[in-house]
Amino acid sequence: MKFGVVVFPGSNCDQDMVDVLESLKVKHQVNVVKLWHKEHDLQNCDMVILPGGFSYGDYLRSGAIARFSPIMQEVIAFAGKGGLVMGVCNGFQILCEAGLLPGALLHNNSRKFICKNVYIKPVTDETYITSKLNTNKALKIPIAHGEGKFYAPDSEMKAIYDNGQILFKYCDALGNVTAESNPNGSIDNIAGITNKTKNVFGMMPHPERACDPYLANTDGRGIFDSILNSMALF
Amino acid sequence: MHTTVDDAKALGLLPEEFDKITEILGRNPNFTELSIYSVMWSEHCSYKNSITWLKTLPKDGPHMLAKAGEENAGLVAIDDETGCAFKIESHNHPSAIEPYQGAATGVGGINRDIFTMGARPIAQLNSLRFGNINSDRTKWLVKGVVKGIGDYGNAFGIPTVGGEVYFDDCYNINILVNAMSAGIVKKNKVVSATSYGVGNPVFIVGSATGKDGIHGAAFASKNITEDSADDLPSVQVGDPFQEKLLMEASLELIDTGAIIGMQDMGAAGIICSNSEMSAKGKHGMRIDLDKVPTRQKNMKDWEILLSESQERMLVVAKKGMEETVYKVFDKWDLNCTQIGEVTADGYLEYFMNGVQVAYVPAQSLVLGGGAPVYTRTYTAPVYLKDIEAYNIDNVTIPEDLKQVALFLINHPNIASKRWVYTQYDSMVGTVNRSTNTCTDAAIVNLKDSKKALALTVDCNSRYVFANPETGCAIAVAEAARNITCSGGQPSAITNCLNFGNPYDPEAYWQFVHAIKGMGKACLKFNTPVTGGNVSFYNQSEVENHTVPVFPTPTIGMLGILADKNRTMTYNFKQAGHHIYLLGSSQNCISSSQYLAHFHQIKFSPAPYFSLDEEYDLHQLIKQLINADLIQSAHDCSEGGLWVALAESGFNNQLGFNIITDADIRKDAFLFGEAQGRVVVSISPEQFDLFIETVVASGIDFSHLGDVTTGEIKIDGNYWTSIVDLQNQYDTAIEKALL
Repeated sequence: MKFGVVVFPGSNCDQDMVDVLESLKVKHQVNVVKLWHKEHDLQNCDMVILPGGFSYGDYLRSGAIARFSPIMQEVIAFAGKGGLVMGVCNGFQILCEAGLLPGALLHNNSRKFICKNVYIKPVTDETYITSKLNTNKALKIPIAHGEGKFYAPDSEMKAIYDNGQILFKYCDALGNVTAESNPNGSIDNIAGITNKTKNVFGMMPHPERACDPYLANTDGRGIFDSILNSMALF
Repeated sequence: MHTTVDDAKALGLLPEEFDKITEILGRNPNFTELSIYSVMWSEHCSYKNSITWLKTLPKDGPHMLAKAGEENAGLVAIDDETGCAFKIESHNHPSAIEPYQGAATGVGGINRDIFTMGARPIAQLNSLRFGNINSDRTKWLVKGVVKGIGDYGNAFGIPTVGGEVYFDDCYNINILVNAMSAGIVKKNKVVSATSYGVGNPVFIVGSATGKDGIHGAAFASKNITEDSADDLPSVQVGDPFQEKLLMEASLELIDTGAIIGMQDMGAAGIICSNSEMSAKGKHGMRIDLDKVPTRQKNMKDWEILLSESQERMLVVAKKGMEETVYKVFDKWDLNCTQIGEVTADGYLEYFMNGVQVAYVPAQSLVLGGGAPVYTRTYTAPVYLKDIEAYNIDNVTIPEDLKQVALFLINHPNIASKRWVYTQYDSMVGTVNRSTNTCTDAAIVNLKDSKKALALTVDCNSRYVFANPETGCAIAVAEAARNITCSGGQPSAITNCLNFGNPYDPEAYWQFVHAIKGMGKACLKFNTPVTGGNVSFYNQSEVENHTVPVFPTPTIGMLGILADKNRTMTYNFKQAGHHIYLLGSSQNCISSSQYLAHFHQIKFSPAPYFSLDEEYDLHQLIKQLINADLIQSAHDCSEGGLWVALAESGFNNQLGFNIITDADIRKDAFLFGEAQGRVVVSISPEQFDLFIETVVASGIDFSHLGDVTTGEIKIDGNYWTSIVDLQNQYDTAIEKALL
């Protein structure tokens, strides 16, 4: 399987993502390339990942400028043809700005940047990035964002629920979805969603930061295992 | 334009310095030249009042790749191929009047010092001092500084892995913002801040030059007064996005081999990088200032020369490699303009639209060259009498020590700094082991290596105020203790010396004695001083009355874990484990948070400290860690044994049941801050070998008690539960800042 990690100017989690994908090579046939924002070639990747960071500085609205980059025109076309696209943090914001995912990511309720471990619970195990996850078990995954409050108007929320598009919800360590465990004020504790056709995925928490045993948290690995498992399965 | 001694004084120069400039040039300097000397000979750039004493600090060690002052940052060997560049720097004065931009550009500046050497930053730390947390001004400053550091560091994308925050009235006006960065470089990729080779092209790269920060270095070299707000244009504006691009482009450019030398533009802008690089390479430069990309029209030549606009670098490349340079910066969409070339005669020659505007010898401007060096007089401060008058017997032991214990846990100097550090991205880069592992120093993973770095910043300035020599030695010892307790070997230090006005003999006395203490301690721990920064004039004028800050020599220490898996943690692991104190209990509450804040006694000596005992204790800790004989190790610092025990319990929500020592005042036993003490826990299986090892070392130790499932008992009395205690500890600062 070939992964392409897009590098926008201001991306800063691109190398972390590449490091995790490279570590999968031990057990799997995996190929990883970086895709430069000025390019138009997706290099036949099976999955394109938009990493975290502050693309173009994010001085306007997070992700608002990145969506217009040359590579994003290709990513939008790729997704339209059913190609697999995943965005983490700033990548999620860019996917929403590009219209590949519904809703928007607003300033956290606290109006402050928040970096800490939080718990999220997979809502479904029927998507590419959640197929190997246990929907009854909370995962400890860090967040690091100032604009991570997921919002969508009622009409869109209805469609999101009707189509089973919610991937993750913020919860406590025991998996209870509570107001206290919602770090940023996201509607219905939503931490990650997919599109209607379930080939585009966005999440605010950083699974790539929870994969190295040396850092004493490998809860993020299940997401990458899911992706590889799904490729064989679907 | 003919200049006078009054012009010189208006720019912050002394009359004798004006004479010296005239002598160097052999003529009257024009205004631009006078401006050049005023910034280059400012305290900030020239170290004129500190260098004599800084030179006494130990700088040598077999692992040193670049000694203090040789490059933009110190460089220490990690292994045969890799080095670590690290440095700490102050941004106090800008942060005091514009906290957000002041702190942000402090972060930007220190990171440029690291990547200008070819090192990729991998970890940041900071040390912050504010005034009374209950004042509205302090709240505004805290929020601005933390947001500034966060917004800049988070976007730049390097994790903030550690730091310290203190509150004391002495910092009400003049806060301290010290930022530290550490980076990794392959030894064969190290870039020097030098310039040579006649005809080699000189480029300015990165952001365009504006009018921000003009005379910033001079501004940093005077007292903060009520008129300081008028100096607002001296504060620079940061752009972390440009910095990120500049770093990627600079590191990419280094790989091309096109570079002779490179230096970031910080204090004193173009003139500083031109003169320092030229002086180092023993060449000159001819620069066309009109070619410098500017943000606004009609900037004067001296404004372009002195501007401290951020996110800029000066690059001297090999002639014929110009296209390689342009290509890299074009890829990253950054400005890159050739503004001149290297010349032979050692002079800096500046032109504006073809007209020569300045002609000065590079060597005459710099530290180690023509910059003035002063030996200032100093006298022991009057307040020492108040310290000598202190007698512990005049301090009554409170009846309710539980009340004191809770007071301390809620005190902003002790309570969790969670409100601060959750605003910093501490995990980007996936190297910070201390997110999920409790360690006294931050452990930073070196991917693809058996080793890891241990980093810490430490300074208890109340101790330094009480006794600068002992207090500064304690700062070094505490840093070493934190690294040792985490499983690391102390390697080297960088320092940020925040002091008062050097022309005030009492403030200078504090400086001199702090340097002496630092030197002794660094020799003992074999941690050479790799450089850092001096920030004088940290005192405020309030109603014509000078209020100095505590002398604050912040120590940033680098340690190395030879085997990165041998990290030692400070959290208790299991109920039933035994708790021991290594080091001796003392009848000492001097300069403790308890004495200063509970009893409101502000004058007392530095706490008990013995450099030799401290060193021996560290060797014992290393031995215990290497032989797997302890479960946890946590040093006693602010709040004493009580706080060390509480912090050991929080992570796994385990309590402790301990007995105090009848020979020691109970308040001193629990809350005293005598140095050289470490709390360890052991499993019953470790008992025999642990005792054998500790006894053989000859170091004092005592059995305190046992780890419990959550209740906290002192001498058989139930005090509280660890869960309740932690809740207070975690939320005290956020409640205070509301």
